[in-house]
Amino acid sequence: MALESVCSWRAPEGLRPRLPGAGDWALPGGRAPRALPQPQGPALAHGTTTLAFRFRHGVIAAADTRSSCGSYVACPASQKVIPVHRHLVGTTSGTSADCATWYRILQRELRLRALREGRLPSVAGAAKLLAAMLFRYRGLGLCVATALGGWDQAGPALFYVYSDGTLLAGDVFSAGSGSPYAYGVLDRGYRYDMTVQEAYCLARRAVAHAARRDAYSGGSVDLYHVKESGWERVSREDACALYAGPQEAGDPGEEAAAPTPEPALLSPPGPGAHGSNRRGAGALPGARKPERGWEERAVWGRHADRGPRE
Amino acid sequence: MAARYDRAITVFSPDGHLFQVEYAQEAVKKGSTAVGIRGTDIVVLGVEKKSVAKLQDERTVRKICALDDHVCMAFAGLTADARIVINRARVECQSHKLTVEDPVTVEYITRFIATLKQKYTQSNGRRPFGISALIVGFDDDGIPRLYQTDPSGTYHAWKANAIGRSAKTVREFLEKNYTEGTIATDSEAIKLAIRALLEVVQSGGKNIELAIIRRNQPLKMFSAKEIESQVVDIEREKEEAEKKKSKKTI
Repeated sequence: MALESVCSWRAPEGLRPRLPGAGDWALPGGRAPRALPQPQGPALAHGTTTLAFRFRHGVIAAADTRSSCGSYVACPASQKVIPVHRHLVGTTSGTSADCATWYRILQRELRLRALREGRLPSVAGAAKLLAAMLFRYRGLGLCVATALGGWDQAGPALFYVYSDGTLLAGDVFSAGSGSPYAYGVLDRGYRYDMTVQEAYCLARRAVAHAARRDAYSGGSVDLYHVKESGWERVSREDACALYAGPQEAGDPGEEAAAPTPEPALLSPPGPGAHGSNRRGAGALPGARKPERGWEERAVWGRHADRGPRE
Repeated sequence: MAARYDRAITVFSPDGHLFQVEYAQEAVKKGSTAVGIRGTDIVVLGVEKKSVAKLQDERTVRKICALDDHVCMAFAGLTADARIVINRARVECQSHKLTVEDPVTVEYITRFIATLKQKYTQSNGRRPFGISALIVGFDDDGIPRLYQTDPSGTYHAWKANAIGRSAKTVREFLEKNYTEGTIATDSEAIKLAIRALLEVVQSGGKNIELAIIRRNQPLKMFSAKEIESQVVDIEREKEEAEKKKSKKTI
């Protein structure tokens, strides 16, 4: 197949792999689409939290590491941020098998183009290529929601590609079942002019919060940073520890506040335990009372100098 | 010997020639001269305009064509063949932008044209394209480039080159006169192109067509008036140089 596209060599009839030509559907021979059986077995779940954002110092990509199959955790330590080449990484969500396969195909195509042209395509070109390849299989059940982030001649670049062929350029993307939670944290704290440490902190916090509330996200938090010199895997930390532990430098409003304590198992939940105000209500005997409630921490964020809301 | 090996181009002669390709190169040598010059911030293409018949509309005869905003080419040889190659190249420039999100580099489109030409030297039932092309432009890194392709499908980068009738004379002139000084400024590079063409063109500026591309700017075709004024400048400089020389000898 590679040889065909590079020098127009055609495989002899019997050996040619049955890939769809332009505009064809890749169906088993002779079957109408409606006659295809629906996939049986455990529902393919798209449980994950992945995010990527671009800022002055590059592109950050972060993801959880839980691969779920319905309510069964298939792998608690999977790799959802995949490097494509030295200056490009992608976050994968959707069906793990689809993502893995299409990323390998993308790597192959980019490598071929680099050999032909003498330089790698831009991030826009790579995203366009992936979207075009996926579009040919539209309607056949592929599920790939990926954010491709990298550094090319124009600086940091980020694109979102979905398996129906959607291709979006943007600054912040999150995909997966935990993405609403992650977006909440990201939208609050994102600035193009963040420092590198602030960006790491924001990404970790977003995934950790999503992992806390989303059943299909969890495990660890992978963090990658694509700089001018290439991608770097910054850390892999346990999501629960990240959520419970002290916040890092760069977020002054968060430093002194402790995370929400676990709801008590022994004392009955009082009226104040509902919603997000947990101050004192139903706390375990040994638990530390937070200085400020959860809403105040959300308000504080970057406005630490304004003082508490009372 | 040649007669038996020049029927179908897919046949090599015993001493390794593809005669159809060489005959195509002869067809190129019959076409009107084209010269290309790569300056520091400018690329210049000049062609010799064949005199048109009285009733013919001059504007329909164009030997310098834009392939995209930042690339253009001039050719020497069979005009009809050139039209096909230029159309394919223009489509490829846009396809490349669609699939790769970047404009073509000059080297890419040259390689595409050269590959196209080579395909026609290796298919039966087809003859090679009877044109040589000079392709100029700027890449997005801002570096000017000039490439030449020939009917066999090879391509090379040049600092300055000429194709077509009297290409040898023009190339010798360029070898003598292409120095850092002569391409230092844009106007110097333009003058060099016109001087090179004036060596072989009869009746001066009327029969010259000139086009330039400057960095980040689209192709600019010179009008007849602009070319005339350049020619007048060149002739004035020549006279002054002559006067200085004759003063010295006295």
